Amino acid sequence: MIAIIDYGVGNLFSLSSSLKFLGLDCLVTSKKEEIEASEKIILPGVGAFGDAMAKLKETGLVETIREQAGLKPLLGICLGMQLLFEKSYEYGEHEGLRLIEGVIASLAADINPDLKVPHMGWNRLYVLRDDPIFRYFKSGEWVYYVHSYYAKNCEESTLALSEYDAPVTGLVRSGLTYGAQFHPEKSGEAGLKLLRGFAEL
Amino acid sequence: MVAKRIIPCLDVRNGRVVKGVKFENIQDMADPVVLARYYNESGADELVFYDITASVEGRALFTDILRAVASEIFIPLTVGGGISSLDDFDRVLKCGADKVSVNSGAIKDPSLISAAAKRYGDQCVVLSMDVKRVGGSFRVFAKGGREDTGIDAIEWARRGEERGAGEIVLNSIDTDGVRGGFDMEMLRAIGEVVTIPIVASGGAGKMEDFLELFKYDRIDAGLAAGIFHTKQVNIRELKEYLAVNGVNVRL
Repeated sequence: MIAIIDYGVGNLFSLSSSLKFLGLDCLVTSKKEEIEASEKIILPGVGAFGDAMAKLKETGLVETIREQAGLKPLLGICLGMQLLFEKSYEYGEHEGLRLIEGVIASLAADINPDLKVPHMGWNRLYVLRDDPIFRYFKSGEWVYYVHSYYAKNCEESTLALSEYDAPVTGLVRSGLTYGAQFHPEKSGEAGLKLLRGFAEL
Repeated sequence: MVAKRIIPCLDVRNGRVVKGVKFENIQDMADPVVLARYYNESGADELVFYDITASVEGRALFTDILRAVASEIFIPLTVGGGISSLDDFDRVLKCGADKVSVNSGAIKDPSLISAAAKRYGDQCVVLSMDVKRVGGSFRVFAKGGREDTGIDAIEWARRGEERGAGEIVLNSIDTDGVRGGFDMEMLRAIGEVVTIPIVASGGAGKMEDFLELFKYDRIDAGLAAGIFHTKQVNIRELKEYLAVNGVNVRL
């Protein structure tokens, strides 16, 4: 069973639908016991880093997530992926879950000013390092992004990236902890293949 | 780099997809769920759902259909039609929408754009504009193209961006359903004043119209309904044609 952590941030409908579509058992939950009893964890999220971290703290799940991340596969998606890092510079400076080395920084500051931010739409995801999560996925398939901040200084954990003037960190892994900047649940077939790969880890 | 997008639009009324010409002569076309599945398989980059149902019962039916589509189509969904409050945003987002498109509701109360952008993020708020030539200028129309608001379209687009709209859909009433090509003159007039992504709508009749559209680099997506519903243009073939002609598309 996959636990999708509900901490009041973002839309969980598509994520749970896509897992169900793949025939996978999932549970949207904010209960510590259910997260502990699950086989895998997904940490979703949209919105601003500071708010999301504050909400996660309110649920009292920060320690649970940090603990469970060492025991079973965890996948952070979009803002949920950013929360896995050490800190973010979105509207100030905020501490993250510190499960992966690196920081979350402004994309606009690192790319040609003519390019639109948010980086929104379909972009190719190029695999740098093979990993079991790519079991069904081919390098160069298209995934769907919507974000204005991105992970950097995380070369060691980067499994795949996209190009948007600068290299945009797409998929990361440290130990059993994975993070996807794009939305696999909105990336058509390619996204479903990655979710299947994660579910079979 | 980000691909140019091809977006089929489903106008849903009383549980069915319908299509008109110049916003009139509305005709029944298909079952929305069946059609959405077809678009998912034929490589659409996104789907737009417009609720053109008037009654409250129709609205409940629409959210049921939206939920049915969203639970098996895993590409971005934009939903519009009758959105006039944050509660409306909430209602459709909970049914699986990723973006919400505002039109008449934003004309009536422009602060809806900023309030929604603040709560759900800019990327969630799409400003949809129905534009028609009146005299020598481009005017914004409301209520499904029936009412001249007197608002200048260029000015309205600029204000929408300032208030936090993350994307803009430009529907040309003059070219809607005519299938003689997109309204490039109108698109250029507005393309020069905004920096957010632009979705062009109204007038696509053949594959070449999309190539012409994307020659103007300020356009991010082409939206159409009738030519896709009738299978006169197949989305996969269209994208292959665009790719051969140098347009960056997702294949």
